[in-house]
Amino acid sequence: MLMSLSGIIFGVGLIVLTQALTSGFEQFFIRTILGTDGTLRIQDRVQDSLATMELKASETDEATILGLSESRRYIEGVKHPYAIIEALKMAEHVTGVSEILRGSVILDTNFRQSWAEVYGIDIEEHMRVSNIEETVIRGSIRDFQDSPYGIMVGSVIARRNNVRVGDTVILKNGSLNQSFIVSCIYETGVDHVDRKRVFTHMSEARAILAQPFGVSYIQVNIDDPARAPVVGKVFENIFGHIVTPWQDREKVWLDVFAALRVLSAMMVSTIIIISGLGMFNTLAMIVMEKSKEIAILRSMGYTRTDISRIFLWLGFLVLLTGCVCGCIFAALSTWSVSQLPLRIRGVFSTETVVVYWSASHYLYAILASSVVVMIASYIPARRAARLEPGDIIRGTGG
Amino acid sequence: MSIKQTYQSREVLRCEGIHKYLGSGESRVHVLRGVDLSLNNSMTYAIAGPSGSGKSTLLYLLGLLDRQDKGDIFIDGQKMSSASDEERTSARNRYIGFVFQFHFLIAEFTAAENIMLPMQKLGKLSPSEMLDRAHLLLKEVGLRDKSHRLATQLSGGEQQRVAVARALANNPAVILADEPTGNLDVRNSQLVFDLLYRLAHEQGQAILMVTHNPEIANRCDATLRMMDGEFTGKTINQPTS
Repeated sequence: MLMSLSGIIFGVGLIVLTQALTSGFEQFFIRTILGTDGTLRIQDRVQDSLATMELKASETDEATILGLSESRRYIEGVKHPYAIIEALKMAEHVTGVSEILRGSVILDTNFRQSWAEVYGIDIEEHMRVSNIEETVIRGSIRDFQDSPYGIMVGSVIARRNNVRVGDTVILKNGSLNQSFIVSCIYETGVDHVDRKRVFTHMSEARAILAQPFGVSYIQVNIDDPARAPVVGKVFENIFGHIVTPWQDREKVWLDVFAALRVLSAMMVSTIIIISGLGMFNTLAMIVMEKSKEIAILRSMGYTRTDISRIFLWLGFLVLLTGCVCGCIFAALSTWSVSQLPLRIRGVFSTETVVVYWSASHYLYAILASSVVVMIASYIPARRAARLEPGDIIRGTGG
Repeated sequence: MSIKQTYQSREVLRCEGIHKYLGSGESRVHVLRGVDLSLNNSMTYAIAGPSGSGKSTLLYLLGLLDRQDKGDIFIDGQKMSSASDEERTSARNRYIGFVFQFHFLIAEFTAAENIMLPMQKLGKLSPSEMLDRAHLLLKEVGLRDKSHRLATQLSGGEQQRVAVARALANNPAVILADEPTGNLDVRNSQLVFDLLYRLAHEQGQAILMVTHNPEIANRCDATLRMMDGEFTGKTINQPTS
């Protein structure tokens, strides 16, 4: 029984630990991508032709409308962002709106030239839809705010191009050139961001990209990121632009994290299942060994229910002890693991193991243990209750 | 404090036309062939007979531990033969005490705790009252000073005396004893029998005892001889001194 108890303790502890780890990295990743690219992105649109508009009006199915794609026009970016931005700022649940103009340029430094993506932003607005201020590792975002020709450079591209704060860099787009002073270097931990993105003020981006009007997309933050798909669908219907929630944008990574979490839970659950099997064997042995005692209790007037209760109670005590000790073990091990140094760059930036504390992990572990222990106790308990006292006493009496 | 009282004679257990088969197919044996029996309170009865004559089978049927194939059993006037499992279990708790050849005490419990088990199931007494009664019964069987000993710390004779005290816990109408002295030496056999005999007459229980020991059988108030699943004779014995 002690082995079974140990199994329950370790099972509960390891389920919680693995869930805390996988959820920890997942939550951290979500925080990172929300901090970088926001919850919603309002971007390109498909302009209906007269034919598709008539079909939509007649409630024709989507497949038929898609079949007429050659008669529709795909328009990149948001040509008239200001009306949309004004409407968004008045919308319920919207906490920030930032217009962004994006384009490819060549970053020319004294050291080398390389491709970069320039992001023209209004820094005040952009700080409401991102955590860009928190990602600055060198220099100051205030310098960027104060300097019309300031530029924010990603840590990877800065390292590769040997760029330091205060250096002058040139952005080139065809025949257009513009000099900028590096105000700060940021690091999100997301490799494709830190490797390519440079931020300038919107007016300078318009100049270098030769786009006096319109924006590439509008980044929107809402108060509850989980509702982004629903809110996005509403905005899509209202504004006629494609709206991408963060869940769609990062679907691949989110699926990977979900699969990891489920797989790890399944693997660790086997510990509890094996403990349950051990407990089942132990209780079945006890039923056989204590058949005389069961018979004598039955002869005294104890009912079948009383007998099964004894074994169910035994199972419950093991479960209770296992869950309490398991949860303590889980909390201690989760805290210990969270103190371990682990440098990760690529999908996010961290220096230690990331864990996520959630009561749901403990509830899941307790639920899984309860189901296993209940089954492991119920079958021997039922067997004990079915023993016929006369048969046992007659057999023992010889 | 004494539990000695005087009881008027009345029937506490009766069975009529009991038939019982054991086994199945070709090995099916007709163990009991229409047995009739009536037990009165404050009386000791012995069933004597050769092995395989159906003595113990009858005892277990009367103790509601097994079901007869035919016939009726009445305990304290209530027909138990067609009762549900729950009703029979409850009747065992209220009306019947068992003493077996092997004491069947719960090894992990003390003598007093073993005696309290039937009382706890009946649920009529408070814990302190149950403990008091357990001590009283242990005093009756001469083991008051060993009430806190575990069953494993008692000798064979002492364990069987505790089993007798346990059988008396709920003051049952009938005590059914299956060779209660079969596993004891002569001295302890005498001790346990004297105890059962005395308590039956003092507390008013009917005692039905299966025994191979002719001396013990002859000391009971009545001896019933059994052969091939039937009673073949009944002897009323002289009162024991």
